[in-house]
Amino acid sequence: MKQVVVKDLVKRFGRFVANDHLSFEVEKGEIFGFLGANGAGKTTAIKILCGLSAPTSGEVNIAGFDIYKQREKIKQNIGYMSQKFSLYNDLSIAENIRFYGGIYGLSKKTIQEKTEEYIARLGLQEFTKSMVVELPLGVKQKLAFLVAILHNPAIVFLDEPTGGVDPITRRQFWEMIYQEADAGKTLFVTTHYMDEAEYCHRVSIMVDGKIEALDTPENLKKQFGVESVEKVFVKLARA
Amino acid sequence: MRIFIIKEFLQIFRDTRSMIILFGIPIVQVLLFGFALKTDMKDVNIAVLDQSKDVYSQELTRKILSSEYFNLSSNLSSSKEIEDEFKKGKIREVLVYGEHFGEDLIKNGRADVQIITDASDPNSANIVYSYTQAIINDYLKEINNTAQPIAQIKPITQMRYNKELKSVFMFVPGVITVILMLVSSMMTSISITREKELGTMEILLVSPVKPWQIIIGKVIPYVLLSFVSAVIILLLSYFVFHMPFSGSLLLLLSVTLLFIVLALSLGVFISTVSKTQQVAMLMSMFALLLPTILLSGFIFPIKNMPVILQWISHLMPPKWFVIIIKNIIIKGNGFAVIWKEILILIGMTVFFIVLSIKKFKIRLE
Repeated sequence: MKQVVVKDLVKRFGRFVANDHLSFEVEKGEIFGFLGANGAGKTTAIKILCGLSAPTSGEVNIAGFDIYKQREKIKQNIGYMSQKFSLYNDLSIAENIRFYGGIYGLSKKTIQEKTEEYIARLGLQEFTKSMVVELPLGVKQKLAFLVAILHNPAIVFLDEPTGGVDPITRRQFWEMIYQEADAGKTLFVTTHYMDEAEYCHRVSIMVDGKIEALDTPENLKKQFGVESVEKVFVKLARA
Repeated sequence: MRIFIIKEFLQIFRDTRSMIILFGIPIVQVLLFGFALKTDMKDVNIAVLDQSKDVYSQELTRKILSSEYFNLSSNLSSSKEIEDEFKKGKIREVLVYGEHFGEDLIKNGRADVQIITDASDPNSANIVYSYTQAIINDYLKEINNTAQPIAQIKPITQMRYNKELKSVFMFVPGVITVILMLVSSMMTSISITREKELGTMEILLVSPVKPWQIIIGKVIPYVLLSFVSAVIILLLSYFVFHMPFSGSLLLLLSVTLLFIVLALSLGVFISTVSKTQQVAMLMSMFALLLPTILLSGFIFPIKNMPVILQWISHLMPPKWFVIIIKNIIIKGNGFAVIWKEILILIGMTVFFIVLSIKKFKIRLE
């Protein structure tokens, strides 16, 4: 089943075209890498898919729901982690989970279970009383990811989730992403770490608002005759 | 929504700065204003117009002058001189004895003494008057120990130049207005823009929560806390500074609540047009706080302003609120007198709420 279907998506800001006729599809359980230089239009596109921004024209279908008519249904089915750290620094781990769980209407019991599960999973037993601000950055990012999937959404949009994180944590972060994909979630990831692109099932590369390449990392490398996605990217960006 | 309110309260209580703005500043302001206006009386120059010149009038004058509070500036010979003396600015009070002061006191057991004060500085006029009255009462006790019929001296006061003593305790309505404006609009606008800046607002907007729920959830804690703050100001003024309170408490509290909602809707409006906390803060400062202080009639009387500023002051919500609570607290007026002003406040509230809802961007473009 296709989880994300985008056809001829256009977004204009005045005369500037941020997204120029984007078309792509993402399958259930897929990790879809959305690459591009800064200002290529990645964040604009991801905001449209999440319903934070309205498209100028084009069709968008998320989890089987139309973005123009069924926004409320879409909201229930997606999780979103922005480039900015999205937990409240002045609340504790449990309070953050309770708050975000609360806005998705989770029951007290579920919230309690999830809190215990997350604390155990991240090994945060000693941090249960402390505010989120005191956590190390890598742990914060992982926690933010877990909070984004708290309500068990079908699709998770991750906008540069590993920005500023050390390589080991990034590795662990990607393991978490794989786990969720194996569990049947669809993950839509933007990043500008090209090594991360290799972890994705398929990647699209955006240049100046257009999708210039879209395939599995293997096929892209073959097609462009290079040994890494990074080199594919550089070739496209210079063209 | 409940979850929002809990979260917001947690965040406010954990933020020392918010707590200081919410409760520290109001208390300090009331105490500062209160004590600053409580000027001590010493060596106040007075004039005496004694048309009776009998034993009693002279004795009372002597008693008043022998206190450390009053100095005799001049003895007047006719009531025409009173005005001149005041205009020279040397004296703050004139004592006037009628022609038959002593006679009245002995024969009828009661006599009048007129106390005229310069109320252009109303606060000190009030204090001068009460000191004088206290001395007169003292004197009465003394003579009543000896005189057979119990004598009475009735002071008749006249406040010149400002009959209603307009600015005594004017600081209370003023401080309440400023604080509510500060707390309600600045704090809400900052707390909403903070979520925008941190990126949590995006997460909330992606979730199934409706934008109006986000706003209400943000605003309710501040409604409650601002209200508590206003009540603290009133209690302090009443119990520490003995502010006279003659109006309806219920009316006062409901109008206060109305003004809080108005200020909050202004805060929400500011947050919709500013991207960062700093911008929100500056906007609240310059667009709300300064006009509140300068144009609401709290410090500078609106009547004395240039016509253009008077017109601008009509657009200032605090101006109407100051009028309303002045009427309730100081004059004891009820709904019948101030319904027009209340209606204006309601109109402004509705206007800003509608404007904010329209402006609040569901989609963060």
